[in-house]
Amino acid sequence: MRSKETKFNFIHVSRYFYIFSIAITVIGIAALAFFGLNYGVDFKSGSNVDIAVTKNLSDQRSSIESYLNANEYGEHTLTMGTERITIRFEDVLTDAKEKQLKADFASKFDAGASLEVNTVDVEMARETEWNALKAMLIACIGIIIYIAIRFEWRFGVAAIVALVHDAFITISLFSIFRLEVNLPFIVAILTIIGYSINDTIVIFDRIRENLRFAKLKTTADLIHVVNQSVWQTLTRSINTVLTVMIAAVCLFIFGSESIKLFSLAMIIGLVSGAYSSIFIASPLWFMLKKRSKPKPAAKSQAAS
Amino acid sequence: MKRMLAFLLLVVICFGAIAATSPYLMDRIKLGLDLKGGFEILYEASPLHEGGKVTRESLNETAKSLESRVNKTGVSEPEVTTEGTNRIRIKIAGLGKADEAALREKLVEPAELTFRSARGCAADKGYCKIELIGNDFKENGAAIFQDSLGGYQISIKLNDQAKFAEVTREVAKLAPTGNNQLAIYLDDEQLSAPNVNEEINSNEATITGNFTRDEAANIRDTINLGALPLKLEVKYTQSVGATLGKLSLQQTVWAGVIGTILILAFMLIFYRIPGVAAAVSLIFYIWLLLVGFWLLDATLTLPGIAAFVLGIGIAVDANIITAERIKEEIRTGKSIMSAFRAGTKTSLRTIIDAHVTTIIASLVLFFIGAGTVRGFAVTLILSIIVSLISNVVLSRYLIYLLIRSGKVNKPGHYGVKESEISAL
Repeated sequence: MRSKETKFNFIHVSRYFYIFSIAITVIGIAALAFFGLNYGVDFKSGSNVDIAVTKNLSDQRSSIESYLNANEYGEHTLTMGTERITIRFEDVLTDAKEKQLKADFASKFDAGASLEVNTVDVEMARETEWNALKAMLIACIGIIIYIAIRFEWRFGVAAIVALVHDAFITISLFSIFRLEVNLPFIVAILTIIGYSINDTIVIFDRIRENLRFAKLKTTADLIHVVNQSVWQTLTRSINTVLTVMIAAVCLFIFGSESIKLFSLAMIIGLVSGAYSSIFIASPLWFMLKKRSKPKPAAKSQAAS
Repeated sequence: MKRMLAFLLLVVICFGAIAATSPYLMDRIKLGLDLKGGFEILYEASPLHEGGKVTRESLNETAKSLESRVNKTGVSEPEVTTEGTNRIRIKIAGLGKADEAALREKLVEPAELTFRSARGCAADKGYCKIELIGNDFKENGAAIFQDSLGGYQISIKLNDQAKFAEVTREVAKLAPTGNNQLAIYLDDEQLSAPNVNEEINSNEATITGNFTRDEAANIRDTINLGALPLKLEVKYTQSVGATLGKLSLQQTVWAGVIGTILILAFMLIFYRIPGVAAAVSLIFYIWLLLVGFWLLDATLTLPGIAAFVLGIGIAVDANIITAERIKEEIRTGKSIMSAFRAGTKTSLRTIIDAHVTTIIASLVLFFIGAGTVRGFAVTLILSIIVSLISNVVLSRYLIYLLIRSGKVNKPGHYGVKESEISAL
């Protein structure tokens, strides 16, 4: 094998990363079981009102609160920011109520306020959620089939584990920190899945290429191939994460308020995606491959 | 030197085309409601009468009727689409606050005209039997006229003369009980309840009452607006203030610009010559993607822009994979040209495999998902195709031209240190 000698044995340390990932997964399952997700209106019926204010109203919190209570808007939570106020109503805001709120807010608090109102029926919300889940599931199956044809099934399984891992970690963190889950969040998860699979495939592709020239007599040879491949693609992995991260962080810092959480989900997912491709997917493939060693060893002899 | 000129010319042409068409493109790309303000309503339709069914035709008819209602208020370009078997989505951009509330009221107004009688009803139930429903009246068949006393009346044309004759004959039979009225209702409001003393063999019915001209005209319009063939229930609404939308757009585009500049700077510093090619092709990629959006008539939403910006980060990957491969080949001691040849060849397969898996995922999302998810899938598929054109084809050609120009043949130009190169 040419180029650098292996400086870091990714397979040897994989056990610790497995433990780390399993631990996070268990914590995630526990968090989901106990707290569930903090669903926004897209997944839980009700109305969400986002108000961009032209002046700082933070000293008027109590008067807004008492206005809402006095006018029977039902159960609600009020979040005040300097530029933005968010009110989440548990019940669906009727047309009349929405109209009243818009008019009253303009006359009582801030004439220049600009409002965004989202109302979702509960049935609709359930359907959206189910559709997103179904789509993800079928996408995973499709990817496994392609990879199984183009590579071999072991790569497919390992890639899917990494992909689910990334999506799950992001979902878990959102559950633990009680961050709101909305439709943009689903989009973020989908982007993460797309990125994760991309990242994993590049490393797998290199493993496949190196396998063609490798003489696999012992498990150590296989370990060598994996380590070598990860190492060779490492700069590209890091640089790609870096560039996508630049974009995600810019969106998080400078982007509009309503995609802050989307960007945050992306940042988590990107880190997880790069991590899992290197420390989870590749060692996992090795574990699967190890058991069927004799066959490819015989084949690769001819290739070299 | 000729190659260098070709390179410069290509870059100038690309940037020229981008600069010349961008303002036009920006203008033409449809922005989602979250970016320009407006509102969106999703209705679920159910049959008006028990035992009825929601059919393709009735759904389309309802959508058409809704569209004409919106159009009548003078709002431009409402987007009315049917979804699945029983849903209608309406998107209306850029409205003043007052208009919106009024329009929403107008939309849900079912305005169903019914003729009702007391046939077979319990004494205290009033006009419980619905004799004629919206379908029995001719479309646009209502008109007002002035009677001999100067009052205003409304006439309605009926589809089936025989049916009207039968109904009036039956109602007239109730004369002894004093219940022989054929009450005319607009929704649940009784407009008039004229006595029916004999069979009326005509295809025209008249609504009498002490209407002023305006009242009569109003009723006529409401009837002519068309009764919605289906009952509508609001499932989802989104209403965004115009100022808020603009603010979101500005902030997010700004974030995208900063992100892109940083990514370009990173590529230039880290990869030198391939970085130059990457920077040019990345700008070309962004422009091509906008062209794609315009051609597909796709709507750009806030999460869409965010995905777009992230896509720039991801698209640069094809450049990184290629540049890394070239670097590797240079390190083995190959000449720049053969390193380029070997590097691009091996990296192409990797890029294709990585992209196909993403395309599979996005195709599934497109066919299964709805709304935002679907829009996202389109963006993703488009960006992959566009990325292959700009970040693989164009980028390679640019590097090729630069190498052939003979000006950039040092490993340092590719970010490789001399000390890293192993002897052959």
